[in-house]
Amino acid sequence: MTDLATYNFGYLDEQTKRMIRRAILKAIAIPGYQVPFASREMPMPYGWGTGGVQVTAAIIGPQDVLKVIDQGADDTTNAVSIRAFFQKVANVAVTTHTKDATIIQTRHRIPEHKLAEGQILVYQVPIPEPLRFLEPRETETRKMHALEEYGLMHVKLYEDIAHNGRISKTYAYPVKVAGRYVMDPSPTPKFDNPKMHRSEALQLFGAGREKRIYAVPPYTDVVSLDFEDYPFEIQTFDKPCALCGAENVYLDEVVLDDKGGRMFVCSDTDNCEDRREHGHAGEMLAPTKEAAE
Amino acid sequence: MTDTPLLKVSGVSKFYGSRIGCKDVSFELWPGEVLAIVGESGSGKTTLLNCLSTRLMPTTGSVEYRMRDGNFRDLYHMSEAERRFLMRTDWGFVHQNPADGLRMTVSAGANVGERLMAVGDRHYGKIRETASDWLTRVEIGTDRIDDQPRAFSGGMRQRLQIARNLVTGPRLVFMDEPTGGLDVSVQARLLDLVRGLVNDLGLSAIVVTHDLAVARLLSHRMMVMKDGHVIEHGLTDRVLDDPREPYTQLLVSSILQV
Amino acid sequence: MATPLVVSEVFKSFTMHLRDGIKLPVVNDVNFSVASGECVVLGGPSGIGKSSILKMLYGNYAVDAGQILIDHKDRLVDIARADPRTVLDVRRHTLGYVSQFLRTVPRVSALDVVAEPLVARGIAAAEAREKAAELLAKLNLPQELWTLPPATFSGGEQQRVNIARGFITSHRILLLDEPTASLDATNRRVVVDMIADKKREGVALLGIFHDEEVREAVADRILDVSQFSPRKAVAA
Repeated sequence: MTDLATYNFGYLDEQTKRMIRRAILKAIAIPGYQVPFASREMPMPYGWGTGGVQVTAAIIGPQDVLKVIDQGADDTTNAVSIRAFFQKVANVAVTTHTKDATIIQTRHRIPEHKLAEGQILVYQVPIPEPLRFLEPRETETRKMHALEEYGLMHVKLYEDIAHNGRISKTYAYPVKVAGRYVMDPSPTPKFDNPKMHRSEALQLFGAGREKRIYAVPPYTDVVSLDFEDYPFEIQTFDKPCALCGAENVYLDEVVLDDKGGRMFVCSDTDNCEDRREHGHAGEMLAPTKEAAE
Repeated sequence: MTDTPLLKVSGVSKFYGSRIGCKDVSFELWPGEVLAIVGESGSGKTTLLNCLSTRLMPTTGSVEYRMRDGNFRDLYHMSEAERRFLMRTDWGFVHQNPADGLRMTVSAGANVGERLMAVGDRHYGKIRETASDWLTRVEIGTDRIDDQPRAFSGGMRQRLQIARNLVTGPRLVFMDEPTGGLDVSVQARLLDLVRGLVNDLGLSAIVVTHDLAVARLLSHRMMVMKDGHVIEHGLTDRVLDDPREPYTQLLVSSILQV
Repeated sequence: MATPLVVSEVFKSFTMHLRDGIKLPVVNDVNFSVASGECVVLGGPSGIGKSSILKMLYGNYAVDAGQILIDHKDRLVDIARADPRTVLDVRRHTLGYVSQFLRTVPRVSALDVVAEPLVARGIAAAEAREKAAELLAKLNLPQELWTLPPATFSGGEQQRVNIARGFITSHRILLLDEPTASLDATNRRVVVDMIADKKREGVALLGIFHDEEVREAVADRILDVSQFSPRKAVAA
């Protein structure tokens, strides 16, 4: 701490944190609405989660326990760096266990373990505007949100079905929040969309480069857009996790060799480890386990 | 013959600083009626069209529109939400350049279906069916339904734009030089198509054109504009066959044959 | 007998703004009427204003002064002053016009061109086409032409399409501008018969016929248009 005396708690100065908190409060009051905020330069490049870091910095307190994941993993560069950052500038406790964390900053995943009341999930958002690729004019997209003109969103889904026979969008799948605003859930796989619906945890979204904050308060309806005859579906996997044998979780493909060998393992490393500790084993782990016995 | 007009325009003027865009225009448009606004470039016809279609705020005057519930509403006193809703359901706007009225990077089917989705249609199969029906009506092969308008010829794009506008069954369509950029044979086909659709659907339309042949073929009534003023106004064949004003006579005598 | 068409004190001139605004008087003080079941033929040398009178009655030419009263849907409409919408309604329901030339519309078949006035009055397309076919057959238009757009037809064929189109409705007043000009003797007789039928139905007809034989056959009365000529008035 002593050699960091020049930094305020949580890196940002109090005025900035207050400004961000006000944006967060407004975002919570208007679920799904993108609140502009004066995003600061952070000591890391855009794309590394500057939005999420600022939101976390604004809400974190000395008693908080922080978990940071990147694509579900606690041990990738991005996650490790951000976790280390907050250890330095806020001196808070950190964890990799979902259930122990009070704040979970995430890039592109929602933990498999069901979040509980009191927890806050902070998303790092690259592009907050779901209508952007259909309507590039920001003035126009804001108007469309204001007037609830969301036909265009379905145009995108229509195109998907027309070209691929199904809605092929697998991540950043648009949702409607509290029956009002259409929102981009950040590039999480659509597998995670149902977890947002009526979640007990508070969900905050920070886009640093685009200077927007939005939120989904606890117990809020979050509905994935779809067609009556092409209802929303999540990804399914043929096999369980090769390491922990978990089913109905999101899996990553891991290439094992250059002969086409591969396995599918949990994207959520904490969940996978936790299961293995509790004696679950997938097919790739089974031999070692048998050998151990 | 219905006894209530669809649109009541009174005293609409638009000034650009001290210059006149259009001055003191008043008329009524009736259901099923096609009005042509003709005049040379800079005569104020597009300014007037934009004022009527609420794309531009006039300096003075009012435009009242009879809503589907039968009540007249002043377009300039509506909320923006209502106005935009009106524009994408009960109105159509056909731009001279189809790229201004189409989404060039989404398929023809989605271009036609967008308005349906905007009003809440959520059944892919039905939207697609309606879209392909409309493509047929504007003489675009249904095998092109998944192609982007970028791959279409100018005439096809313009026909697609028309389908996109008519799919919600609007009662009033604004057209700005609908045949402007097309070559003559394509023009004839488009005009004929528009004429047929207007007749079949009982649409009201306001068509801005500098081409008197277009006005002759499409419109019942025409207004001739010069320097922002409406200088002559009457039955289309009357204005063309017996033009009264010097400028109208000049205009009519300048064309080869209508 | 009903008099559905009354013309009184009508003046017409053209002002040629492109030629230093010279004023060309066409007709002065036109007064006449046409009764139901009567065929009045406008007579006089060419250029005297016969066609102009028909065009004024049809609302195609503006009128400087005077009244053109038409009994339309049980009320009198003054075509000289009526708004465009009223003129169109009069044309749709009361006042028919067979012009000298057919203004063809690309891609519309002869049958549909003929049927159109009925469709415009709200009659079902199939029924209107049936009636159209009947008329085209009567006028000896070869059946293979019926489904083609008339743009490529010969003058006589186009004229027969035009006549069929004008005669298909039961308009109370019918204006005929040289409908037999390019027809052969057989078809001229057909048209004469058709005019006779219209008269029996009580239609008021006003026409221009240069063919003396046809004129003799159809005219109840010949109205000499030269009496309205401004040149005569000046001379007198």
